[in-house]
Amino acid sequence: MSEERTGIKGATILLNALQQEGVDVIFGYPGGVLLPLYDALLDSPIRHVLGRHEQGVVFAADGYSRVTGKVGVCLGTSGPGATNLVTGIANAFLDSIPLVVLTGQVSTGSIGSDSFQEVDIIGITMPITKHSYLVKDPRDLPRIVKEAFYIARTGRPGPVLIDLPKDVLAQENVVPFSNEMKLKGYKVFGQANNGKIEEVAKVLSESRKPVLYAGGGVVTAGAEDVLRLFADKTAVPVVTTLMGIGSLPLEHPNSLGMVGMHGTVTANYAVDDCDLLIAVGVRFDDRVTSGMGHRFATKAKVIHIDIDPVEISKVVKTEIQIVGDARQVLAEILEALPGFANPDVTDWWNQLRDWRKKNTIQYDKDRLTPPMVMECLGEIAGGDTIVTTDVGQHQMWAAQYYPTVNPRNYATSSGLGVMGYGLPAAIGAQIARPKDKVVLITGDGSFQMSIQELGTIAQNKLPVKIILLNNGVLGMVRQMQKMFYNERYSQIELQGNPDFVKVAEAYGIRGISVNSPEQVRGAIEEAFKHPGPVLVDITISEHENVLPMVPPGKDITEMIVR
Amino acid sequence: MLHTLAVLVENNPGVLIRVAGLFTRRGYNIDSLTVCQTEDPELSRMTIVVNGDDQIIEQVRNQLSKLVVVHSVSDLTGESVVDRELALIRVQVSTETRSAVLQTVDIFRGRVVDMGRTNITVELTGDIPKIDAFVHAIQPYGLLELVRTGKVAILRSEA
Ligand SMILES: Cc1ncc(C[n+]2csc(CCOP(=O)(O)OP(=O)(O)O)c2C)c(N)n1
Ligand SMILES: [Mg+2]
Repeated sequence: MSEERTGIKGATILLNALQQEGVDVIFGYPGGVLLPLYDALLDSPIRHVLGRHEQGVVFAADGYSRVTGKVGVCLGTSGPGATNLVTGIANAFLDSIPLVVLTGQVSTGSIGSDSFQEVDIIGITMPITKHSYLVKDPRDLPRIVKEAFYIARTGRPGPVLIDLPKDVLAQENVVPFSNEMKLKGYKVFGQANNGKIEEVAKVLSESRKPVLYAGGGVVTAGAEDVLRLFADKTAVPVVTTLMGIGSLPLEHPNSLGMVGMHGTVTANYAVDDCDLLIAVGVRFDDRVTSGMGHRFATKAKVIHIDIDPVEISKVVKTEIQIVGDARQVLAEILEALPGFANPDVTDWWNQLRDWRKKNTIQYDKDRLTPPMVMECLGEIAGGDTIVTTDVGQHQMWAAQYYPTVNPRNYATSSGLGVMGYGLPAAIGAQIARPKDKVVLITGDGSFQMSIQELGTIAQNKLPVKIILLNNGVLGMVRQMQKMFYNERYSQIELQGNPDFVKVAEAYGIRGISVNSPEQVRGAIEEAFKHPGPVLVDITISEHENVLPMVPPGKDITEMIVR
Repeated sequence: MLHTLAVLVENNPGVLIRVAGLFTRRGYNIDSLTVCQTEDPELSRMTIVVNGDDQIIEQVRNQLSKLVVVHSVSDLTGESVVDRELALIRVQVSTETRSAVLQTVDIFRGRVVDMGRTNITVELTGDIPKIDAFVHAIQPYGLLELVRTGKVAILRSEA
């Protein structure tokens, strides 16, 4: 650092520290206590993207992170700004997405006095952050920022919050302390697994019905290439979670698709019948196990590989536990494999192919159905387009039918399942990767939870393509009421829906409306030809259901298939 | 089963709430919890007595270890440890019971630290069963008030 000890403003120290961490963009929304920071921002090379709601800025930072693997940064003012961020923090926490969330706070002298726009955001977010800091002395900023980024991205990633009192940001002539981290209590797990790797290789070679179950940890670790090698070498079939989508592309011969509540029949049968389950970067979430760990993969030896020791044996009993980075561990297993015979999986694959043949869902290509739209979209946009989704039936159709080939090209709210995520996530993704195509798959309910972010799209001229599956209802809720509540429909009609094409146009965004099957392909092609943002409003029937489906409380083989 | 966890944490405001919050959020039950500074002023030592089977205790330990403010967690249960608790107990006395009460205090090696006309306050140190036994013994005379510190524990030095 400079020998000159003249000192600088707190806010500038913060921005410099962010720059040191490689931050190129902050998604934010200003307010009173942040005035010193927004002033300093004018002199910083860091780009600021103004959202339309703090929930949008945190979702955008999350989308940015998912498609790059980098730490996403967002900023909101004290009080309401901070509380508006809460849902997005929870979303990042449940899906283990690295974020640094900056919140303004009232001046240190006023903290605790219920002053204007004061909330205890550290207290509010304690259960949904990996760690948090209240900055009391601006000289600590370089260290705190460095620690925050380090904690957010290492081990099992997650959101870290830094609460910034106004006086800390405003203080002039600050000579900062060194940025040396003081993290004696922070442990990143993952160590040599001597012996265990050999054990895995041995158990695998003896297995006759193995399945690899891949989740978000594979994506975080960037292990998709090793996973593919593993699949190619061993012929082990692979199922993925929603978080693991794209870690092995659907068209790969070993891919059985998604497992769980809306998984494929073959994937669910395979997990139920396998004699060896290699679980990598997964947490046996109840959307996969139906909330019944004790009845999940009961015929199998379970190997669990995860970076977070807390997840091991949390839900299911496991035979071999390996705490470590998915990429590293898979690579080590690959190295150990030549010492052992490949498992004989011929019979197993015959069985799997048979299940697949009997259970491939046929849909009518002449009707305007969600699978037809998804497949058409997949053909036109291609597997390497970035997809973000909202939450509901459309999310599951996207998961089942969109042919993603790269897990960093897929952003969906999994653990929290929060409507309104998709549009801001698409914004974050497009800003992170301006040269890539970004498409949002959304529903009419979800879209209206973040519809104001069309303003952010317009302001930043982001060429996001919005595919709106418009069924006029909260479709996923309707489906549950149809199946499990005797078709007693309650509060699912969205009769006040606007004309979405007109809404788009009001923001200066191109809108195309689709009402018949013949129009689908043309409209999607046109959307991708147009250089700017486009909304394609596709009317679908409210009677479409997401199938297969495992009813709540049932084993994963007890699927409703039609 | 009761487990005694020795947890070394950063000596900062907010640490206690992080630890306590973890217990409530995950539904673990704290039996007792004590905190005090250690020989290193930057660190505090928590002694947490928690109830649960081995699997729960393993989860508790792992969850605690994950907190950035927690430096180490060790389970002292089954280890060779010295553990103590301090209790202050106010007991009713009358001319008839006074000598019997004092005798009981003596047997348990307690100390009388305050004396009023109708009651006395006893200080007692020991392991938990000893304090439980004293409380039991003194109850018939009239137990007016009881404060216990919760357990503190330390590993025995190797012989
Ligand atoms: C913020 C939030 N509120 C409520 C829900 C519960 N929920 C899950 S799906 C759904 C309906 C979604 O409707 P829409 O976006 O139109 O999608 P569709 O199911 O019709 O495709 C609801 C209300 C949720 N997931 N998130
Ligand atoms: Mg809908």
